[in-house]
Amino acid sequence: MGKAIGIGAAPLRKEDFRFLTGRGNYVSDLKRPDMSYGVFVRSPHAHALLTGIDASAALAAPGVLAVLTGADVAADDLGGLPCGWGITDKSGEPMKEPAFPLLAQGKVRFVGDMVAFVVAETLEQAHDAAELVAVGYDALPAVVGVLDAVRDGAPLLFDDVPGNLCADWELGDRAATDLAFTRAAHVARLSLVNNRLIGNPMEPRAAVAEYNAGTGHYTLYSTSQFPHVVRFLMSALVLKVPEQKVRVVAPDVGGGFGVKQFHYGEEAVVTWAARKVGQPIKWVADRSEGFVSDRHGRDHVTEAELALDETGRFLGFRVATLANMGGYLSTFGPNIPTNLYAPLLSGVYVMPQIYCNVKVVFTNTVPVDAYRGAGRPEATFLVERMVDVAAAEMGIDRVEIRRRNMIPREAFPYQTPVLLQYDSGDPGGCLDRALVAADVAGFGARKAASARSGKFRGLGFSTYIEACGLAPSRFAGRLGARGGLYESATVRVHPTGQVTVLIGTHNHGQGHETTFAQIVSEKLGVAFEDVDIVFGDTDKVQFGMGTYGSRSLVVGGAALSKASDKVVAKGRKIAAHLLEAGEADIAFEAGVFKVAGTDRGRTFAEIAGAAYVPHNYPLEILEPGLEEQAYYDPVNFTYPGGAHICEVEVDPETGTVTIVGYTGVDDVGTVINPMIVEGQLHGGIVQGIGQALCESAVYDESSGQLLSGSFMDYCMPRADTSPHMSVATHSTLCTHTPMGVKGCGEVGTIGSPAAVINAVVDALSHLGVTHVDMPATSNRIWRVIQNAALPRAAE
Amino acid sequence: MKAFDYHRPAAVGEAAALLATLADSRPLAGGMTLLPTLKLRLAEAPALIDLSRLSEARGIKQDGDALAVGAMTCHADVAASPLAKALIPGLAQLAGSIGDPAVRNRGTIGGSLANNDPSADYPAAVLALGAVIVTSRREIPADDYFVGLFETALEPDEIILAVRLPVPRAAGYAKLRNPASRFPTVGVFVADTSAGVRVAANGFALGVARLPEFESALANHFAPDAVAGIHVDAEAFSSDIHAEAAYKAHLVGVMARRAVSTALELRGPP
Repeated sequence: MGKAIGIGAAPLRKEDFRFLTGRGNYVSDLKRPDMSYGVFVRSPHAHALLTGIDASAALAAPGVLAVLTGADVAADDLGGLPCGWGITDKSGEPMKEPAFPLLAQGKVRFVGDMVAFVVAETLEQAHDAAELVAVGYDALPAVVGVLDAVRDGAPLLFDDVPGNLCADWELGDRAATDLAFTRAAHVARLSLVNNRLIGNPMEPRAAVAEYNAGTGHYTLYSTSQFPHVVRFLMSALVLKVPEQKVRVVAPDVGGGFGVKQFHYGEEAVVTWAARKVGQPIKWVADRSEGFVSDRHGRDHVTEAELALDETGRFLGFRVATLANMGGYLSTFGPNIPTNLYAPLLSGVYVMPQIYCNVKVVFTNTVPVDAYRGAGRPEATFLVERMVDVAAAEMGIDRVEIRRRNMIPREAFPYQTPVLLQYDSGDPGGCLDRALVAADVAGFGARKAASARSGKFRGLGFSTYIEACGLAPSRFAGRLGARGGLYESATVRVHPTGQVTVLIGTHNHGQGHETTFAQIVSEKLGVAFEDVDIVFGDTDKVQFGMGTYGSRSLVVGGAALSKASDKVVAKGRKIAAHLLEAGEADIAFEAGVFKVAGTDRGRTFAEIAGAAYVPHNYPLEILEPGLEEQAYYDPVNFTYPGGAHICEVEVDPETGTVTIVGYTGVDDVGTVINPMIVEGQLHGGIVQGIGQALCESAVYDESSGQLLSGSFMDYCMPRADTSPHMSVATHSTLCTHTPMGVKGCGEVGTIGSPAAVINAVVDALSHLGVTHVDMPATSNRIWRVIQNAALPRAAE
Repeated sequence: MKAFDYHRPAAVGEAAALLATLADSRPLAGGMTLLPTLKLRLAEAPALIDLSRLSEARGIKQDGDALAVGAMTCHADVAASPLAKALIPGLAQLAGSIGDPAVRNRGTIGGSLANNDPSADYPAAVLALGAVIVTSRREIPADDYFVGLFETALEPDEIILAVRLPVPRAAGYAKLRNPASRFPTVGVFVADTSAGVRVAANGFALGVARLPEFESALANHFAPDAVAGIHVDAEAFSSDIHAEAAYKAHLVGVMARRAVSTALELRGPP
C-alpha cells in the first residue's frame, strides 16, 4: 500500500522508468497501417522568386504517392500559418502581418522555406524523389541582419512592408524619461548584441497524420508543447475543417525549450496530405532540417542609456532595440521582443522612468520566436550588463550599486513604470545568500592564485527578476494576445479512489507526472502511485494552452489544485450523508472524511466507491460520480527571481574562458519537488552558459546561408565544459497563485548569461575592457585582449 | 543515404582489385567522415570496400627502432596500447584526445591519414615523427605523403596497411579544440628525433605542414621558451566562423610551446 507523497518531497520521477528503460513512446516510434513517408523540399536560397516547379520526374519515381506544392495549397484554399499575437505600431497602426503560406507562393524568404512535399511508400523513395523535384528559382538579394534590413535600399521581403518593418513599437513614457536624463549626473551607454540561438531539443520535430474517410476524422501525432492550440489553429484557420473532427496527440516529446510551442507548417501539410494520399504519412525532421526550420531565438541589436544621479541611483533607462523576426511571423513571434522584453527592463531595481523602442524587423532568416526565457533573458542581460557598465564608470562597487537601487523586500508589491506589478520577492535576500555561498569574500585570494599561473580571474553578478506563468488572459489581451492563457485540469476519481488527472499542459522533460501527482497526493491524501497524469491528447484532455513560459505549475498546477478542492468539497457532501452529519461538521484530513471531534469517518476510497455505487447516496441533491474540472486564469504574472554569481578564469594566451564557479540562489516560490527544481535550475543555467560562451546561429551576410547549420559548427554546451553548480532556493511566496508557486523552468536561462559575461568582463577589466558580446568564444576574447589599449600582465 | 553494394574482402589483393574494378567505389575504414557524408547525401558511392578484415592492417608492434601501427587500428587502441605508451607516449596521448569515445572506437589511423582532413590530429604526428606510410604498393615517407587539402600521394586503388613511426627521444602534442566539432582549430606536434627536431601543425588552410623556424629554434634548445616570439604568418590560414586566420597563426606559437612542455613531461627527467 503506497502512501501520500506531498508538496516539498522529492520522490524519483514517475516518468523516468519508461524513459530510462527505452519504453518512451515518441512520434517517430509510431507505426500506422500502410504508413507512407514524407519529405519536404526546402529552399536552398535565402530570397528568390519561384519561377516554376516541375514535379513530373518525381511523380514518376518508384513508390511516389504525391508531390504537393504551393499551387495545391492555393487550389485547396488553405490558410496561412496564423500569428497568435497582434502588436501595435507606435503610430497606432496594427503590425504588418504578411501571409505565411504553408508551401511557398511565388517567393521563398529563407533557406529552409518549404516549397514542396513529397510522399512515397518508403522514406528512401521520398528522399530520392525529392531530389527530382525541379524548382526554378530567380535569386534575389538577401538580407539577414537587422541593421542591414532597415537601411535605405535594403532588399524588401514583402512588397507591402516598407523598410522590412513589422512594427515600430514602444513602451514607457518617453518625455518623462528624457526629462530624467536631463537631471543625470552620469549617463552610462551600452551597445550590445543578443546572439541568435537555435534550441536543438534532443528529439527533432516529427509528425504522423492519418485520415479516416469513414468518419472524416483527422489524427495528427506531433512533437508539440501545446496540442490543443495546434488543433484549434490548424482546424479553424489553416485546413478549415471542423475542430471536432481533428485529434492532435503529442505523446512523449523529447525536449521543447519553446521550439515546439508553435504551430508549424509541417504539421498542417502532413495532415492535409494524409487525406489527399489516403494513407497515413510520417515525417521526421533530420537534424540538418531542424537547424533551418525550427524557430530560432533571441537576435537583438540594442543601444541603451542609463541615467544616474551622483550617488549612483538610477533615474531613467532608455532602450532602442532592433529585433529580428526572420522571414515570417511565427505563432508568438512579435510578442517576444516586445511584451516579454520591455516590461522586464526595470529588473530588480527602482527604475523611475523607462522608455523602450523596439523595431521588429523581417529578414531572410528562419522565423524567430520564443526560446527558453523568451524576451526575459534579453532584458535581463541588458539590464545587468548596463548596471555593471555604470558601476565601473562611476567607480562604485558592483554589489553596492545593486544594493543601492534594489527594490527592498518590504516595498513589494512594487509597481514598475513598465506595466508590471511585482507581487513578491526578496532580491536582497537572494543576493546576501549568494554572496556567502559563492565565497565572494575569498575571491581576491583566488584571483591572485590564478594570476600566479598566468590566468585572469573574474567574478560576475546577475540579480534578476522575470515574469512568468503566462496568463493572465485579460492582461495578455490588452497586449495583443489573440487567445486566452488560462489552464484546465480534470481530477477523475475512479471507484477505487485511484485518480487520473487530465491536464492541458504538456510534459516534455519537466517532471509534471511527478510534480502534479504530488499535488493531488497532498490534496486528496491518496497514494502517490495511485495518481496518473494524462496530457497531450485532445481526445482525452478537455482543453489546454500547453507548456511554455514557466506556466505549467503556476497556471496548470493551480487549475489542478482548484479541481482537487472541488473533489474534496463534493466528497464532504457525500460523507455528510453517509455519516449522517452536517456538511459543515465534516473535516477532511490525511485522506479521511471525519465528523469533527469524533472518530467516525470514511476514507477517500470509501467516498469514491459510494459516488460510483450510489446505493446509499443523496441523489436528490448530488449527482453520482466523482470527477471535477477547473479552469484557472491568474490575476497577475508570477515573478521568480534571484541572484547568480559566476566565477571564470581566462587563459590570455588562447582567450579560452573556463567557468570555475557558479552559484544560483533563486526565489521560485513554493517548491513542490526540490529535486526537480534543482534539475530545472541546472539545465537552465547550462543553457544560459551556452548562449554566453558558445552558441551562435551565424548567417552568411551575402548569400543568407546558415553557416552554423550542424553540430560541427553550432556549439552546444557540453557536460565537460559545464561547471559544478551550487544552487539553492530562497523563496518568498507568490501572493496570488493557490500554492504560492512562481515557476522555475526558465529562471536559470534568464539569470545566467549576464552573470557569465559580467565575470568575463571583470576578468579583463584591468585591460580597460568594458563589454564583450556573446558568445565569448576563445577567438573573440583573444581579439578583445589584443585590441585592449594597454595590455598588462595579470596582477 | 542511397543504396550501395558492400564488400568485405579478407585479402589486400582482393580489396585492391575491387577498388580498381568497381567504378567510383570507396574504401571504408572507420567511416567517420565517409558515412556521415553518405548519410547527408553529400556524396554517393555505388560500392564500399570494408577493410576491417585485412589482417595485414591490424595490430600494434615494435619494428626495429619504430612503432608499427596497423592502418585499421582504432584511436582508442592506440591510446590504450602499452607499447605505444612506452615507445611514443605523445602519440598515445594524441590518439586519446581525438573526437569522443564513439569516434575513438571506430575511427582508424589509416582512415585519418587517407582522408587528410586539415583539422585531423594524426597527420601532424605522422609528419613530425617522420613516419613512413606502408601501402598495398609501396612505402611513402610522410614528407612526400601529404599533398594538400584532403589530398595525399595515394593512388585511387592504393590501400594504407600500416604506419611506421620512428621512436623519438621526446614528442608531444598540444591543440586548441573547436568547441563545436571538437576538431583541433590548431594542433602542433613536436618531435625530437634521430633525424633532428621536427615540428608539424595542422589547421593550415592547405592542411598539415612542417614549421622550419620552430624546428631550428628547438634544435638549438629543446625547451618551450626557445619558440617564444616566432612569427607565424596568418596568410597560411583561412578564417572561418570559429576562428580568424590571425588567431590561428597566433595559436601555432602557443601550442608549439605547450607541445614542447608536454614532450619534456612525457620524456621524464634526463
